[in-house]
Amino acid sequence: MIANIPLQYGLGLAVMLFGLGLIGVLVRRNIVFILLSIEIMLNACGLAFVVVGSHLNQPDGQVMYFFILTMAAAEVAVGLGLVMQMYRKFNTLDTNAINRMKG
Amino acid sequence: MDIAFYICAAVAVISTAMTITSVNAVHALLYFIVSLLAVGVIFFVLGAPFVAALIIIINAGAIMVLFVFVIMMLNLGPHTKEQEKSWLKPRTWIGPAILTTILLVELIYTLTGYSGTSTEAAVVPAKQVGISLFGPYLLAVELASILLLAGLLGAYHLGRGSADGEEVNKQ
Repeated sequence: MIANIPLQYGLGLAVMLFGLGLIGVLVRRNIVFILLSIEIMLNACGLAFVVVGSHLNQPDGQVMYFFILTMAAAEVAVGLGLVMQMYRKFNTLDTNAINRMKG
Repeated sequence: MDIAFYICAAVAVISTAMTITSVNAVHALLYFIVSLLAVGVIFFVLGAPFVAALIIIINAGAIMVLFVFVIMMLNLGPHTKEQEKSWLKPRTWIGPAILTTILLVELIYTLTGYSGTSTEAAVVPAKQVGISLFGPYLLAVELASILLLAGLLGAYHLGRGSADGEEVNKQ
């Protein structure tokens, strides 16, 4: 049931997923894709916690993943509310449309 | 069981790459759900069944449904019907279907190969996680509940479309 994979491979997978999410945040200009990429990065962080937690045989990694999941849920709820506000005001999801802050 | 990890890692990386490169938001969501399922199987084979269930139920279930709702709400218009038709073309769902089929085969292989005799294997069960969660981490659980309450209020405030707000925007 338990895969005996080296710790480096699990952490390497987490780093690869985090890097893909970071590339998504930097490259994409659609705000929904930016939120998705932030989700990818949060998930990669949780994966790193769980990999180390299972390597050390401790439940703390899973506890940390629980907290990351809670934070991701709150972040997505607020972020999608902001997306809807942005679509109502500017009729676009392009982040270049909101590059000026008018007080 | 090591091979399960490597296959799942490959599926997760491929589907995540497809997520950030696809043009259509719904395609990206499909691929991201596949990525979450792959990471869930990785959690399972790493001996963390509690978070494996959690990622499927909350992340792939609840949070992604929120994304789908918002994308569907923003796509209101006369061109929605053609868009729906184009979403149901085979080349839309064939990629995620292949990747999830790999995961399904792997799941069946894992379940049939499970003998139940691996007692000394290092599964961290949900009971231990719960004891840790409500023992030393009790204050953090309370803080998480306060954070969820703040997120709920923020989402309600931002998502509420008040009538006078709409008129202000039209000026």
